[in-house]
Amino acid sequence: MSKILKTNALESEAIYIFREVVAQFENPVLLFSGGKDSITLVRLAQKAFYPGKIPFPLLHVDTGHNFPETIEFRDKLVEELGLNLIVRHVQDAIDEGKVTEETGKYSSRNMLQTTTLLDAIEEFKFDACIGGARRDEEKARAKERIFSVRDDFGQWDEKNQRPELFDLLNGKIEIGQNVRVFPISNWTELDVWSYIEQEQIEIPSIYFSHKRKTFVRDGLIWSASKYVYREENEEVLERIVRFRTVGDMTCTAAVESEADTIARIVSEIKTSTISERGARIDDKRSEAAMEKRKQQGYF
Amino acid sequence: MEVLKIATAGSVDDGKSTLIGRLLYDTKSLTDDKLEAIERNSKKKGYDYLDFSLATDGLVAEREQGITIDVAHIYFSTKKKSYIIADTPGHVEYTRNMVTGASQAQASIILIDARKGVIEQTYRHFFINNLLRVKHVIVAVNKMDLVNYDQQVFEDIKADFEKLNSQSSYEEQEVTFIPISALKGDNVAQKTDAMSWYTGDSVLDFLETLKPEQEELTAARFPVQTVVRPKKDEFHDYRGYAGKIYGNSLKVGDAITVLPSLTSSKIKSIEFFDEQYDEAVAGSSVTITLENDINVTRGDILVKSDEVPHSAKTLTASVCWMDGKALVPGAKYEIQHNTNRVLAKIDSIENVISTDYSGEDASATQLTLNEIGKVNFKLSKNLFYDNYADNKAGGSFILIDTQSNTTAGVGFIG
Ligand SMILES: Nc1nc2c(ncn2[C@@H]2O[C@H](COP(=O)(O)OP(=O)(O)O)[C@@H](O)[C@H]2O)c(=O)[nH]1
Repeated sequence: MSKILKTNALESEAIYIFREVVAQFENPVLLFSGGKDSITLVRLAQKAFYPGKIPFPLLHVDTGHNFPETIEFRDKLVEELGLNLIVRHVQDAIDEGKVTEETGKYSSRNMLQTTTLLDAIEEFKFDACIGGARRDEEKARAKERIFSVRDDFGQWDEKNQRPELFDLLNGKIEIGQNVRVFPISNWTELDVWSYIEQEQIEIPSIYFSHKRKTFVRDGLIWSASKYVYREENEEVLERIVRFRTVGDMTCTAAVESEADTIARIVSEIKTSTISERGARIDDKRSEAAMEKRKQQGYF
Repeated sequence: MEVLKIATAGSVDDGKSTLIGRLLYDTKSLTDDKLEAIERNSKKKGYDYLDFSLATDGLVAEREQGITIDVAHIYFSTKKKSYIIADTPGHVEYTRNMVTGASQAQASIILIDARKGVIEQTYRHFFINNLLRVKHVIVAVNKMDLVNYDQQVFEDIKADFEKLNSQSSYEEQEVTFIPISALKGDNVAQKTDAMSWYTGDSVLDFLETLKPEQEELTAARFPVQTVVRPKKDEFHDYRGYAGKIYGNSLKVGDAITVLPSLTSSKIKSIEFFDEQYDEAVAGSSVTITLENDINVTRGDILVKSDEVPHSAKTLTASVCWMDGKALVPGAKYEIQHNTNRVLAKIDSIENVISTDYSGEDASATQLTLNEIGKVNFKLSKNLFYDNYADNKAGGSFILIDTQSNTTAGVGFIG
């Protein structure tokens, strides 16, 4: 009997995009946050170039407020796959006086990442930055292209985007410009989890149900940590939680969950009625928050 | 899971956003926080119903102007399929967005306001679906609640539309008519009692019957994206050609010809990650190795040796122009055809095609933004290509402005 490859349309599309990046750019980089989306990207890149190695480095912009589990996981993955990891720290930009630490109730280093990212792009002359953003995450992202051209200041001109027809991706740019690339643009949160399940991809432990010291503000569950501002009347309790998205501690809220395996997570998401970004504290600032941040060069 | 890509088209206020919002709502794809945002915004605007259009209108500028100005992608799924909707705006000046949306789509929904019937915009929408050869077109006659769910209104619109259809150059296109009320949800996800005279499927039920993988299959084309050469001892002589298969499947042992060098070989292996396969179908991103050690680089195309397309240093194509700077004879652009790029000069513009089926193609000296015209090109070197009508992948290309680098237009060969 002959063995016929059954394609997964989304996987195939992502692999196609990775290969276009490597063919069209001289110096691409994969932006690695340690979250499930960037871990999925690493697996897809591995498949795209097998039996060769992933032909570009990973860049982690470290806010210094990460969950320790994420960093441990990152280092193990890099070691196992023999990847080249570059880390740049938001703390350095703060120390150099390029950016000022936010203070107060909603203070976060999430916005400050942009400066560190743009500096790293300039330092290494990256011409393509591959990221794990998905169009289903947020309304402004729904309009994002697969190859999204940014100017010297990392700015996104959403009114002047290149049309993308068929599979024809145009990555031609001027010196100083770079392109943000989104191979899993068309995936939904459930698609990512189903893929992680199918491929048995390892992910950091904080995605699974665990006990954590937390407090509640604005209906969201926040981690109690020295990095997260907390008012005296905000009571810390131990709760059984997990994270649906993993970013900086100051902008990632937990959800109460008993899901301790990927299969359970998948069935939880199938029945869930809160969107993933509903747990992103940064988006709550205003409805147009994401679009404004993107225009300023945010990922 | 199967993925079906859909494009939508309709004039302003025909109810496109409401229809999409309704589909999301009825398939339980709207999460609580999104639903709350919709309720909040609907109330803020003083509506006494839920304005589902708020689920889709993304950019700040759009919310301010209350119109959709770019292609937005919307996702929902049923037990059977994942759906991706490219929501494209209906204004004349945004033809480019509609063409973009349709280029990705296996099915397309054209909305008509039951009170207005077939209007000039409808002609344009259908024309684009014709030109791009979108296989399934659903004509959704919306706002049936405002015409008392009157069958005659629906039948009249259908008859009008069929007159258009008879002028279509794409005979295999399947056009399906469905009377709906997007606002009330009639025939969107569920059949309605309000129109018992209608015996067909609801919009969603119809979409569920479509088989995306059964796109009409054409000659196999394998444009090489990149060459995989692992720097590892055990793969010392390994040369894998990475790409995506279009058209019919490829099998190990197939006799192939490499374009443009016209050297031939046989497929030695078809690989996907660490597995080898005997056969792979359209849409698969695979790595292929060949029996002989011949020179193959990015931009080359592997085809079956008995299916070699024609080659020429000139070509004629219908071009949809997408740039503010007009296309004029003598100008040079880079053509991106599959993974290959060649320099091209605009030889002449035959005409601007009337997109309203009036049949009056005007002669022209230039092609401006959102116009579609027949254009003759001279190429800097020989190109192997198909006619778009025979082979979508081999018959389409984009035009890249060599100064601004922008994607200035798209061409359909033939
Ligand atoms: N009565 C009625 N009103 C509708 C229907 N569909 C849409 N509308 C209304 O028509 C207006 C325009 O709808 P919208 O979805 O924003 O149109 P778009 O511009 O095509 O996206 C809104 O006020 C809708 O509430 C329908 O089936 N029946």
